[in-house]
Amino acid sequence: MFLSIDLIYILEKLILIVIIVSISMVVAMYTTLAERKVAAFIQDRRGPNRAGPFGLLQPLADGLKLFFKEEIIPMFSNKFLFVLGPGLAMLTALMTSAVIPWGSKLELFGREISLQIADINIGILYVFGVVSLGVYGIIVGSWSSNNKYSLMGGLRAASQIISYELALGISLIALLMVTGTLSLKEMVLQQQEGYWNIVYQPLGFFLFLVCTFAECNRTPFDLPEAENELIGGYHTEYSSMKLGFYLFAEYINMFISSAVMATLFFGGYDIPFLDESTLPVNVAGVLGIVALFLKIAFFLFLFIWVRWTIPRFRYDQLMGLGWKVLLPLALLNMFLTGAAILFFDK
Amino acid sequence: MQPLTNRAQAVNRAPLTWWERIYLPAIIGGMAITLKHFFKKKPTINYPEKTRPFSPVFRGLHILNRDEQGRENCTACGLCAVACPAEAITMEAAERLPGEEHLYREEKYAARYEINMLRCIFCGLCEEACPKDAIYLSETFAPSDYQRKQFIYAKNDLLIPHPEKEPEAYKKALGNRAGKKRSEIG
Repeated sequence: MFLSIDLIYILEKLILIVIIVSISMVVAMYTTLAERKVAAFIQDRRGPNRAGPFGLLQPLADGLKLFFKEEIIPMFSNKFLFVLGPGLAMLTALMTSAVIPWGSKLELFGREISLQIADINIGILYVFGVVSLGVYGIIVGSWSSNNKYSLMGGLRAASQIISYELALGISLIALLMVTGTLSLKEMVLQQQEGYWNIVYQPLGFFLFLVCTFAECNRTPFDLPEAENELIGGYHTEYSSMKLGFYLFAEYINMFISSAVMATLFFGGYDIPFLDESTLPVNVAGVLGIVALFLKIAFFLFLFIWVRWTIPRFRYDQLMGLGWKVLLPLALLNMFLTGAAILFFDK
Repeated sequence: MQPLTNRAQAVNRAPLTWWERIYLPAIIGGMAITLKHFFKKKPTINYPEKTRPFSPVFRGLHILNRDEQGRENCTACGLCAVACPAEAITMEAAERLPGEEHLYREEKYAARYEINMLRCIFCGLCEEACPKDAIYLSETFAPSDYQRKQFIYAKNDLLIPHPEKEPEAYKKALGNRAGKKRSEIG
């Protein structure tokens, strides 16, 4: 009896993993289409509209194209690491989704299913650990390519992520001081009862947003893959689906970062001005998922919107911004938050 | 130095103020501009589904005309070839045999009539030179192709559809230019 319940629990989690990973993939696929469409619209063009209605099949066509491309592994590369690089990038991009609460819960087949793969009590630390690992995919791939442009791209990625992770972590510490918990689920529950964390931490959110752009290697911080200086940066030597994995990992990272931002600062699956406990469990669960995905969609649009507005930084400007502006601001934010907590709680 | 026009403007080289140095107002301004373009009407015309309206004097691909009974107008007089500044037109004349009256309107006709579309400059002088209203420029333009020889259009490619056998295709191909003088078209 004991064993059988355990098996169903494992099955439930396995199904949840499959669903969440495939949703991440589909969202990332359609973010590529959204990127091209938004870029086109901002530049007064129409964007892809040939494959399917409104170009909806374009991501499938792109993926198919990447599969059928010739696959080239450079002769002087380290072949094992060369293959490992894109795999690592993809793996770390997907792993983060495990601790994000995608919704409250659903009642199916008489079971209460929590819409979170793992509610671990150090959820946000886990996210940070995996996000920091993400740079290994880029470094391993760029170093093993045995190409100077790739190597420079990889070095840039590494130093950029270290610089911005500091400010990111410190802006988060201020948030943790407010919430008093590391579990993402508990943070959402707190925000459901009180106000969203953006109210307490506007500066913290802004710093977090800027650093997330840098962590995802998005414009204006896309120096690791600066096309016009590094001919593609860390993925110069990659072709076929390995290149596809790198590009895809970037979009999955964007999706997960948007989900993390929505969860930390914008109430996660919380619907504003609505008391979810008055609704039936399943309705509240589904509405919560919709609310979270709307928030995510907004952040994805923001990512794309910024990319097609702001030009790329120079590398010294990037480092200067990270160390001389964002880090002191994050420290100031932490100090102010601590002072406010001391002042108001006493 | 004396400015040559009154449009010269002095560049402001004052150091950035604090407001300008935090860049955020400029970034938000830029994002407002891109968002405005996001909702703008797109000037692109979805080509194969929609085409641009042509002016009535647009000069596209040539068409060899027939009369109402479907007989070819061309008498192979060669005036179009002489008028052609690009020397794109080649023709060979032949005499109409008894029993071919339903094919050719007059006693002489063009056995071979070729226009090299790569040479043609679509000036419309052939149309002006023609005394028989046999050739005119339509509102379609030359489609692309992979080989140069495909651009030498023979009589089959140029002739208008038969008005009695395919009346709809004939009407479509006729357009609004056949049988009109340039002054009438405008």
